[in-house]
Parts: sequence; C-alpha cells; structure tokens
Amino acid sequence: MPLKETALADTGQYLTFKIGDEVFALEVSQVREVLDMSRITRVPRAPDFMRGVINVRGSVVPVVDLRLKFGLTQTENTVDTRIVVMEISLDGESAVLGALADSVDEVIELAPAHIENPPRIGMRWRTEFIKGIGKRDDKFIIILDIDRVFSTDELALVADAEATGAEIDLDAPIESPPLHETAETAEMAGG
Amino acid sequence: MDKHKMVYREEAFELLVDLETALLELEESPEDEELIGRVFRSLHTIKGSGAMFGYDDVAAFAHEIEAVFERVRDGKLPVTKELVNLSLSACDLTRKMVAEEKLDTTHAAEMMGRFREMLPDRPAGDKPEAAAALRAFQLATYRIRFHPHAELFATGANPALIVSEVRAMGDCEVVAHIADVPPLDRLDPEACYLRWDLVLRTDRGENAIEDAFIFVADSCDLDIQAMDAGAGPEGEPADFRRIGDILLERGDITPDALDEALSAQARERFQDRGAEKRISDIGAAASIRVPADKLDTLVNLVGELVTVQANLTRKGRMSDDPELLAISEEVERLITSLRENTMSLRMLPIGSTFQKFRRLVRDLGEELGKEAVMTTAGADTELDKTVIDQLNDPLVHIIRNEIDHGIEAPHVREALGKPRQGTIHMSAEHSGAKVLIRISGDGAGLDTDAIRAKAVERNLIPADMELDEDELHQLIFSAGFSTAARVTDVSGRGVGMDVVNRRIEALHGNVEIASRRGAGTTITLSLPLTLAIIDGLLVRIGATHFVIPLSAVEECLEMTREEADRCRDRGMMRYRERMVIYQSLRTFFNIDGDPPAIERVVVSDIGGEKIGFGLDQVIGHHQTVIKPLGRIYRDIEGVSGATILGDGSVSLIMDVHRIFQAMEGNSQ
Repeated sequence: MPLKETALADTGQYLTFKIGDEVFALEVSQVREVLDMSRITRVPRAPDFMRGVINVRGSVVPVVDLRLKFGLTQTENTVDTRIVVMEISLDGESAVLGALADSVDEVIELAPAHIENPPRIGMRWRTEFIKGIGKRDDKFIIILDIDRVFSTDELALVADAEATGAEIDLDAPIESPPLHETAETAEMAGG
Repeated sequence: MDKHKMVYREEAFELLVDLETALLELEESPEDEELIGRVFRSLHTIKGSGAMFGYDDVAAFAHEIEAVFERVRDGKLPVTKELVNLSLSACDLTRKMVAEEKLDTTHAAEMMGRFREMLPDRPAGDKPEAAAALRAFQLATYRIRFHPHAELFATGANPALIVSEVRAMGDCEVVAHIADVPPLDRLDPEACYLRWDLVLRTDRGENAIEDAFIFVADSCDLDIQAMDAGAGPEGEPADFRRIGDILLERGDITPDALDEALSAQARERFQDRGAEKRISDIGAAASIRVPADKLDTLVNLVGELVTVQANLTRKGRMSDDPELLAISEEVERLITSLRENTMSLRMLPIGSTFQKFRRLVRDLGEELGKEAVMTTAGADTELDKTVIDQLNDPLVHIIRNEIDHGIEAPHVREALGKPRQGTIHMSAEHSGAKVLIRISGDGAGLDTDAIRAKAVERNLIPADMELDEDELHQLIFSAGFSTAARVTDVSGRGVGMDVVNRRIEALHGNVEIASRRGAGTTITLSLPLTLAIIDGLLVRIGATHFVIPLSAVEECLEMTREEADRCRDRGMMRYRERMVIYQSLRTFFNIDGDPPAIERVVVSDIGGEKIGFGLDQVIGHHQTVIKPLGRIYRDIEGVSGATILGDGSVSLIMDVHRIFQAMEGNSQ
C-alpha cells in the first residue's frame, strides 16, 4: 500500500497543469519554477519521452515529456506549453527535472478532506503514480506522486516497453479521452 | 604551531617525498650521478631549513645522512641496497620527527650509528654530535668572490637568491660588479654579466657558505677566504680591510664611485630592511589553507563567468564595433588565465600519489617474498585534491590485494614462463568528464572457481546460480568477501574489495574489474572530474552541437561524400597510410538528415587505437564548463556531460571512450 507513506495530512498548496484535457497537480514544495518553452537539446540514444536538456540559468536540466511518459502523443509546442521545473527524489538523491505540460494553470489549496485515494482499478493512469484525487468545483484533479513517476526503475520500465513496442500499463486508448470518464470511475470506486 | 614551522613542515613533507622517489630510482640505477645529486640536495635543504626553523634534531639527523651521501657523490661509497633501505627508513623517521616535533632518540641514535658505520674513514665516535657540529664554528669573517659564468641562468639558478642566502648568514656587505654588462644592443638577456664580492661575518663556518652555492658550483667561479679565522667571537676582525679599499686597490672602482656606492648602499640598506620584512611575511604566506567550499564557490563562479564571456565574445565578433571586440578579447584573455588559475587551485597531479605506491609495492614485495615493480603512466593527470586524498585507502587496498593474491612467487612465475618480477602498472587518464585510474597486475588473475565456492559458502549466492565470468568477478565487491585461504598481515582481513567499492561510489565513481585467469587483473576506477573546465572542439552533426574534449582530438580531416559512404560501409578509413576504424557519428547518434557534400573527420586516439569519427562541421575551439547531465541520463552511451554555449543553448560533451566501448560491444 504505497499511499500510507505519503498520506496527505494538512491543507496543501498544489500547482495545477494540464496534459491533454486532464488536470494534474503537484505539491508546490516540489516545484522550483515554471518556464516558457525553450530550445531543448536532444540527447541521442535516449528514450523518446526524455526530450533532452535545457539551460536553466547556467545549470543543465533534463526535460521529460509527460505526455509520452503517460503514453500519449508527443507534446506540441504551443503558446501555452510550459516547462515545470521540479525537484524530485531519485533513489534517495534529489534531482532537478523539467516536465513539459500543455499548459500551467494555477496554484490551488486542497484540504485533505477533498482528496480521495485513487481507485484501485479502472484507472487510465497507473495508480502507483497517483497520490490522490483532488476534487474542486466538481472537477477532478490528479495529484501526482512525481518521485514515483520518475523513479529510476520506472524510467527503465518505460524505456523497455518502448523498445519492445509493448504497451505501457494503460487501459484506456491513447487518444485523449474525456475527463469525465476518469472522474466517473473515480467516483464509482470512491463511493 | 607558528606559521613558519607550518611552512617548513609542508615543505619538508614534499622534500621527503621527492627524496624517497630519488632513492627508489637510485636503487634501480645506482650509477646515476644526477639522482645522487638530487638526494643530496633534498637532504641538504631539509637540514638547512630545519636548522633555520628550530628543528635542530631533524637537521642533525639529516646531516648524518648527508655526510654519507657526500661520500657517495664523491664516488667513495657505492650505492647499495642496504644504503637505500637505511635511507628509506631514515626518511620515515624524519617524517615522524617533523610531524611530532620531537626526536625518537633511541631510534635516531641507532640509525645515526648505522649511517656512521658506512663511513669507513670516519669511525663512530670520532665526530662530535652533529647538532653541535652545526653550530660549533666561531664567528669569523670571510671574503667571498662569486663570479657566475655567463650561462648561469640556463641552470635556472637565481644569483640574487644565493646572495640573499649568504647575507642571511650574518653581517654581510655585498658589492655587485656591473662593469661587464655590455651596451643594450649587444646584451644577451639570457647571459649573466654580473659578479659579486661579499664580505660576510658569520659563525656558520666555511662549509655553510659553500653550501649556499651548492646548486651553482659548476657554473661559477667561487673563492672563499677566511679573513680573520681564529679571532674570538667578541674580538674585532684582526686583518679586515674594508671591501671598498680592496676594490680601490685593485682598480675596480674609482674613489668617487666608492663614495657614491657607499652612500647609496646605506640608503638601500635602510630601505631593504622594510622590504625584507615584507618579503618574509609574504614568504610565510606561501601556502595557506582554504576551506574547500570556498574554492567550490570560486570554481562555480568562474564557470558561470566563462559562459558569459563566451556570449560576450560571440556578440563582439558579430558587431562591427572594434572597441567592443577589443574589450571582449581582453576579457577573454583574462578569464582564460583566471580559469586556469582557479582550476589549478584544486587540481593536483596524481603523480605524487603514484610515487607513494612505488614504495608500498617495493616494501610489500620484500615482506611477502615476491618480486614486484611498479610502472606508471599519466602521472601528470590532474584531479581534484579531495578526490586524490580519498583515493589513497582504496588504492592501497587494491595494490595489497594484487601483490598478496595476484602476483605469484618468483619461482612459480618462472615455471609459468613469466618474468620473475611481477609488474603492477598504474595509469591515469582523462576520459571526457571522468578520470580513469587503472591498476593492473600481471599476476594469477581471479580464480572464478574459488570465488564461486566462497560466495556459496558465505551465502552470497545460491549454489545453483548461473553466473558468467564477469558476474563472478563482481562478487568480490560483495560485503564480507575474501578468498584468502589464510589471513595475512597484508590483505585478507575480510574487509575486502567491498570497502574499495563503497569508497569509490562515495566519490560518485565506479569500479570495474577485468581479469583473465593466469594472465592478470585490471581494476579500473572511474572518477568524475566534477566542476572541471576542459578545452573542447565544438562540432556539429545535423542541428546538434557536440563538444569533443580536445585531449581526445588528434587531427581533423575532410573527405568527400562518396569517400565517406565507402568508409561507412567498410567501417574503415585510410589515415596516414594505415587503415583505421571509422565511425559515422550521425549513425551512432541516430541523427536524421543528409550528410553534407564534404564530411569532416575527427581522428581520436583511444588507448593507442586510432578512430575516425565522421561529422558535419568543425566549428572551433570551445572552453567547456562541464555540467552533469543529471541522473536520468546516466546510462546514455557516448555522452559524458553537457556544456552551455555562448548563445545559451546546451551542447553535449562526447565521451569518445564510451563510444568506442559501445562500438566494441556491438561488433562482438
């Protein structure tokens, strides 16, 4: 039960961003800054979802494409595209990483009462990547366990899956599905 | 401890390392006069500055050894193994004496006795205690004529320093003769035209004065005359004519010139006092300790500055403003030297560490009844001082292991058709952002059967587990693993290679082992060269820029597209009348797009193997601040880091060694 370790106790602040139509959230304590899209230098021989590296005031920061990571199509470069620079913990060491998001929305507050455990089954997203589902104005927000998303094992897993052409652990089709589908399943499982 | 003593200590430790090196080399070539000279000079400096800083015991002790080597230098004593052994132990004792500031009297006396026994013409007890001997001379006045040969400077000597040294011995008057200095148009700036007359009143004795000139003895005419030998310490000089009178008498100068010189001298002496005081203060500050994090901050700042400067240079070249260009070039020049200086603050050549191990290999070999020599390569490879310091223990462990378990006994080696003497080779080299340190021994290699048996016995692996050779080798890094049948003094205490592995990992490096049974073992430590700045060659393939470390670049060539296509098909190219491996980087890095009509080839030398790397364009030299790529790119082959270009974009640093390894892996 991975959720026990990362229980959400107090009202927390979250940065919300969109990938496709889905709204995701990250604890602000993990977010360093949000940057406009800049030139990404591709690192050859790396998996596709690792888009490359960028220069953040003199530091070289890797950028990953969350859409590819989640099995969607590659992030298009639009005026809304942002790079969320975050600090994550990889195998107990902290690392700085940028993630591409289709758009970055706002910082919200969520009380623990408004956060539910993700449903065990029927989710389009792998539940181990999710800390909880937040509910706000009748919308559902997926709170990511970002450390887990980028744990080295997971990176390897995705890379392997790509190499063999196998599908990543996703139940839903790749094309961006309507948000309510997930919301419904979440509600059903929660109720 | 006062700062002067600290300086002496540091200097002495350095000298002792140098001395030890010279002694070890001397053992191999006992006839080498230059080496004997080096030993002698090191000893002399230890003695001289020891006495100056109040380390009288050290001075006395060093004097004793020096006396023996004086005979050696004069050809009256041969260099024997005993002498080298004894001298090496004396080095250890001296180091202890300097470190602890006290004399291990019994030890030192015993050793001094043994040194004295080596002097056939000077039986023990004949000579008064050395420390006393150093100071036993009475106050006397000497006239010294120091006439350096014109080519003095070629030896690197500085006569001014020698004159100052003499002046420091006591009350001294110096007259410099400038009559030989030719007019400017005929002046050879590398020749010495000056000579000096000195009158010195000192209690050090004639030998001490001669010693001051020891390094230039062959390139000057020196005449030292005692003027009032025998006069009491308080007595007035018996027959002491002033130097000016002597000069007048000899017609070297005119009376007017003398007066003028005397008054100038008085003024100078007055000014010199102040200057001397300042100089001595600066001298004491010749080395200072700085917290490592301050240096880190400095190195980081310089790294940022290099990036900004690259941007400025680019802007300067683009603009038509010659003034801006001039300024940017000036800034570039300054930053280059700032960068070099800053980096050198932290970087030390690994050679001194290698030297220490030569001694270890020699001593261990003797202890274990094995014959082993150490050879080294890449001693001038520089890496971070903190890394060097922490490398010591792991390296000791690896070498001990190799001598204890790897190198066979001499008769076994002979039976195997190997040379009696085992060889341990240590090498260091830069590989992209890493330093590779290899320790290889031509010993027995790892016994995979024994490793497997031991691992099963220790429950490290299940008995039926299938492992290939490499995996079996890796097992020796497991905690609590030691295959030594018996615990020896040297290795096999059960804290084996796992400690080495952990230490190296703590330095963000890794350990690899390669072994062939019967042929030997090579352990490779790969250590990061964090925060380093290297010289690189900026190249382009398609739209991607790469930096190739300049150290890996041997030559840049170009070839037509047809030629390049042929090379790509064959994987070979012609280089200096030889066929060498060719690799298109476009292919290696899977970069899309068409190659240009004229392809560039950068030829690299990787461990003696020449490889041509095909690419699109060579842009030019680039000062490269190495930035880590981050953990998630750790396993990417062929790229060791990144750097930021002048326009703010990121370029990748190529790791030609890893590319080569990947190519080898593919072809196998």
